[in-house]
Amino acid sequence: MDFARSLALTAPEILLSVSGLVLLMVAGWGGDKASRLISIAAVAVLTACAFLTAPTLWGQAMGAEVSAFGGQHRADTFAAFAKLLIYASAGVTLIIAQPFFDKARAMRAEFPLLVLFASLGMGMMVSAGDLLALYIGLELNSLASYVLASSLRTDERSAESGLKYFVLGSLASGILLFGMSLTYGFTGTTSFAGINAALAGGLPTGATFGLIFMLAGLAFKISAAPFHMWTPDVYEGAPTPVTTFFATASKVAALGLLMRVAFEAFGGQAQAWQQVVIFMALLSIVIGALGAIGQNNIKRLMAYSSINNVGFILIGLATATRAGASAMLVYIAIYVAMSVAGFVAVLLLRDENGEQVEAISDLAGLSKTRPWIALAMASVMFSLAGIPPLFGFWGKFVVFQAAVQADMIVLAAIGIAASVIGAFYYLKVVKVMYFDEPADVVKGAGETSHTVLLVLSTLAISPLGYLGTKCVGTLANYAAAALFPVG
Amino acid sequence: MIQVFAFYLFATLCIFSGAVTILARNPVHSVLWLILAFFNAAGLMVLVGAEFIAMLLVIVYVGAVAVLFLFVVMMLDIDFAELRAGFVKNFPLGLALAAVLFVELFVGLIVRGAGSVALGKADGASAQAADASNIEAIGALLYSRYLFLFEAAGIVLLVAMIGAIVLTHRQRSDTRGQNISKQNARRPEEATVNLQPEVGKGVQI
Repeated sequence: MDFARSLALTAPEILLSVSGLVLLMVAGWGGDKASRLISIAAVAVLTACAFLTAPTLWGQAMGAEVSAFGGQHRADTFAAFAKLLIYASAGVTLIIAQPFFDKARAMRAEFPLLVLFASLGMGMMVSAGDLLALYIGLELNSLASYVLASSLRTDERSAESGLKYFVLGSLASGILLFGMSLTYGFTGTTSFAGINAALAGGLPTGATFGLIFMLAGLAFKISAAPFHMWTPDVYEGAPTPVTTFFATASKVAALGLLMRVAFEAFGGQAQAWQQVVIFMALLSIVIGALGAIGQNNIKRLMAYSSINNVGFILIGLATATRAGASAMLVYIAIYVAMSVAGFVAVLLLRDENGEQVEAISDLAGLSKTRPWIALAMASVMFSLAGIPPLFGFWGKFVVFQAAVQADMIVLAAIGIAASVIGAFYYLKVVKVMYFDEPADVVKGAGETSHTVLLVLSTLAISPLGYLGTKCVGTLANYAAAALFPVG
Repeated sequence: MIQVFAFYLFATLCIFSGAVTILARNPVHSVLWLILAFFNAAGLMVLVGAEFIAMLLVIVYVGAVAVLFLFVVMMLDIDFAELRAGFVKNFPLGLALAAVLFVELFVGLIVRGAGSVALGKADGASAQAADASNIEAIGALLYSRYLFLFEAAGIVLLVAMIGAIVLTHRQRSDTRGQNISKQNARRPEEATVNLQPEVGKGVQI
């Protein structure tokens, strides 16, 4: 094995971990006063990592020459696509977290470090080529996430969400690990390529159990129904910047990991997991749509909306084709943009004491008091509902297109019908903001950095975003090609 | 010959100290007997040529787990008499559980004769080098083939540590720390006052 080559391929991971350790020293000596400096440095590190990763995607690198450490880590186009989204989301999280925690007087110097280490784990997840790398990356990400969820320690809901996430997350990790050990036992190898080769002759019963347990564990991480119960509570309780991080970076990483496992490790046995994925997709869409109807908290609403959107993304997985994988990646990228816009808009809603406004009834008449925030929020809601010509429509469009191409017309039809149900509660928020009597609760002024981010992300999901779909589509095709070497 | 002798010595002591662990009345004694049982199990591991596992047993179980037990037993105020109170009441249930475990054990042994499950064959990538002891073999694998994952596992532990400290440590303004130099510099005349209080009147401090 060529160590120099392997080290060069893991350059973003090495940069992240070394700078994480150096900044830990700064945090140790500088204390919480140094948190601003560390945040800025962490954003710079993430940018540098993005620049290290981008050439892989542009250069369409894939195949044997990008597998490091004997195939445990694969720095191919798929990993690069997911990593760019992860680094961007982590950077956004750090930028919006600083003013948020400063206002709550709860900024800790360790916060940016945990985000850095979580991104490191996520990078390992999407580049995993081996069950061991998968698990270590997942645990690195999860451990940091549990702490991030409860980082607003004086807030009871934050502590509760951290504990809930920890207990349920550990359970899911255990289930995943059980599935991995069964898979290893019946195939004799931990590498994805090796598992695929060992299962070429058929799927033994034990390995089927392994596959199902692994899917269940991963479904928890992407919050797909019926493993979604933790999502509303955690999304509501966690500080809003951390919720943004969970809804964007964590989701990208877990979906990337699921795609790696499904297409690379069990790619030859697609018919074994397709039914499970179809079931999870439909259940997620329906539960996400119906569960959101009774919610009065905007963060809980966004949580149900994320369950709903994961269902649509899983339709792409269910097709088990290259077009489906590419459609998933496009949808994920669009979903990240929509989530950032949605949560930053929520961050800007503050009452006269500077407290976060989260109740939907308090948004009444926002169009008269805060027309611009209301406009941004309305475009997020329309976009999540998938109403053309907004950005969210194109994500649903490519996924349904892939499903129809793969002769899954019934699945696509049910998905479209359910997205109409989903449109109901998105439109309800718009109705409250535009047609109800002003509640006059939202008063406080927002941070400049939040406003800038909101303008950028709203522009991205506006009809202008259509200009970018071609570029995203091309890159997603490059990335999907890495998962399907032939055909 | 000496190996057979050593095996019976370790095995007997292991079973004996295991039995005393659950029979001892004093929980601290139980933990000490447990440590003896771990040491004897480690001896057995050395006999079968698994010296790495022997070391793990001593370092992890004796060094960390048993000491943790001792801490728990000594620091927490647990009323062991009360814990034992339900013994007679729960005895039939315990007996039933033990019977189930024994039956499972024998069923397992019988089924084993019927042929094993068709497991996958190891791909041989982590096969042991021919003339290396197993500590050497594990080290060679950890620092070459699994270097990346080994280092990443180190980061996982670091994050766990950071997380524990972030969640529990805080600067408290309402506690008074000890200032030794201030204590030493203090003289009796600064700290004490001589008063001649009148009868029937209080003292103003």
